Amino acid sequence: MTVRIVVLAKQVPDPETPPSQFKIDESTNSVIPPNGVPPVVNGFDLNAVEAALLLRDSGADVEITVMSVGSDFVMDTMKKPLAMGADRLVLVDDSGLDNIDSSGTVKVLAAVIQKDGPYDLILGGRQASDWDQAHVTLGLSEVLGLPLVSLVQKLELNGDSVSLQRVIPDGYQTITAPVPSVLTITNELGEPRYPNLRGIMQASRKKPEIFSLSDLGLSAHDLAPRLELKKLYIPESNKQVELIDGEDEADYGKKLALRLREEKLI
Amino acid sequence: MTSILLVAELDEQDEINQSTLQAIAAANGLVDAVVTVAIAGEAPSSANTLAVEKVVTLAEVSVVDEGIYDQITADIYALVESTSPEVVIFGKSDFGSVVGARLAFRSDSAFAGDCIEISNGGDGFSVTRPVYGGSALAEFDIVSNPAIITLRSGAYEANSETGSPSVEAFDSGVTVEHAVSVTGTVAEAREGVRLEDANFVVSGGRGLGGPEPFSVLTDLANALGGAVGASRAACDAGWIDHSHQVGLTGKSVSPDVYIAVGISGASQHMAGCSSSRAIVAINKDADSNIFKEARFGIVGDWEKVLPSFLATVRELRA
Repeated sequence: MTVRIVVLAKQVPDPETPPSQFKIDESTNSVIPPNGVPPVVNGFDLNAVEAALLLRDSGADVEITVMSVGSDFVMDTMKKPLAMGADRLVLVDDSGLDNIDSSGTVKVLAAVIQKDGPYDLILGGRQASDWDQAHVTLGLSEVLGLPLVSLVQKLELNGDSVSLQRVIPDGYQTITAPVPSVLTITNELGEPRYPNLRGIMQASRKKPEIFSLSDLGLSAHDLAPRLELKKLYIPESNKQVELIDGEDEADYGKKLALRLREEKLI
Repeated sequence: MTSILLVAELDEQDEINQSTLQAIAAANGLVDAVVTVAIAGEAPSSANTLAVEKVVTLAEVSVVDEGIYDQITADIYALVESTSPEVVIFGKSDFGSVVGARLAFRSDSAFAGDCIEISNGGDGFSVTRPVYGGSALAEFDIVSNPAIITLRSGAYEANSETGSPSVEAFDSGVTVEHAVSVTGTVAEAREGVRLEDANFVVSGGRGLGGPEPFSVLTDLANALGGAVGASRAACDAGWIDHSHQVGLTGKSVSPDVYIAVGISGASQHMAGCSSSRAIVAINKDADSNIFKEARFGIVGDWEKVLPSFLATVRELRA
């Protein structure tokens, strides 16, 4: 029997954007997309796509659906998980989603999962690199009433349960969770694979399945934000580095130690 | 009056941990604050002198709930339902991040994680939190009740204020059937001092070029009585175990001296070490972002700098 997996994926500004190019429009409280740097799929969500693909590699019969909620999707970006090997791309694409916060995102995801499901596993990255809230997938488990395991670095399907490793500060827990469950995936799982040419060709032929809010019986009114963004800004740094000078690099090292001693730091 | 529930955590010695003491200081700074501290399990005797109105003890987090938090989430939810606080504060630990988020969605209210500031004025609560990996700060007004937040460690300073709170037990009357079961724990071997507790941290990044240089960093850490850290790039490359990762999704450290070797200083990394007393940057690239964050810097090749640094440290500490 096919195991249906949904992976939540978010389109975010490329976090590798150099600090010098990271700019904010303070009149709209939004990040100005740097010229020529396209958005990416949130890195931890690609770890979650990889987790699903590893289950397939291990011989499980899985169907992998990638799901996202937003507006202004860049299709080349959002098709990357398909190029890696995912089967379907489901988007809730609606301009009514422009101003929602993550409580709204969770409501929309819950609605589309209920419409498109049932799913056996719901996977998300441990957090998104834009708002760093790390709670959409956790919240979804509450709204759907499903068991939750966070920070999963390894998973294995055993019929109607999954064996998991959950990262803790100095090691990991071994955990058994039922199917269906909600899991957040962490980068300790391993680097996401690069799409190969065949994957890219297949992805280019696939069409995303697109829902609007009205398809889901939701309106912008149902998604009123709980957090109102008042101000977004780049903090000013007033730190002034003291560069250690000397005759050569070996001398720098010696001088550094002496300087730290002088400041009573060592 | 502003009713605040603060969920405490204990440290390895079963004492109220630093993050909780910092959160108490933050809570007491709010206008008209009336603070209740919830502690899972037996309260340490120091709880009797916390500078708060009330201490409530909940059932202990049992081994089967550790890391899953189904029972403790149910207990805190019941406490929130019965006492209706306007704001619930957790530390930004694994526990706080998971239980806080679940509580927010269970009670259909607002969640703001990893806050560095909370305030209340005429119109409810506002928080400031780092976003985009720390490249920017965002200020939010919270427009639902209760507001559930986690507070970044080090954002507030603990103070020495004391009080004489009433202490009572709270029984949620809920026994959760665990759908998820923890079958074991595997601890990575650790030598020397815990990274989070170290007064000196020597961290390596992509600039080290491979796993071998970490032995040099380890020598230096040992000479200083400190611990070895790493950037996420070095951990993801497999050069060193992820338990050494410092940063937004790794460990937060606040040593006296944080020595960053071959680390570019991305905001996600700095989020884990910016509360260090002094950051020392050693990097070949003078334009590297780390020099904007550091107090002391050496533009140079770590392979040439570190041996003389180590030798001088040994002389000074001999």
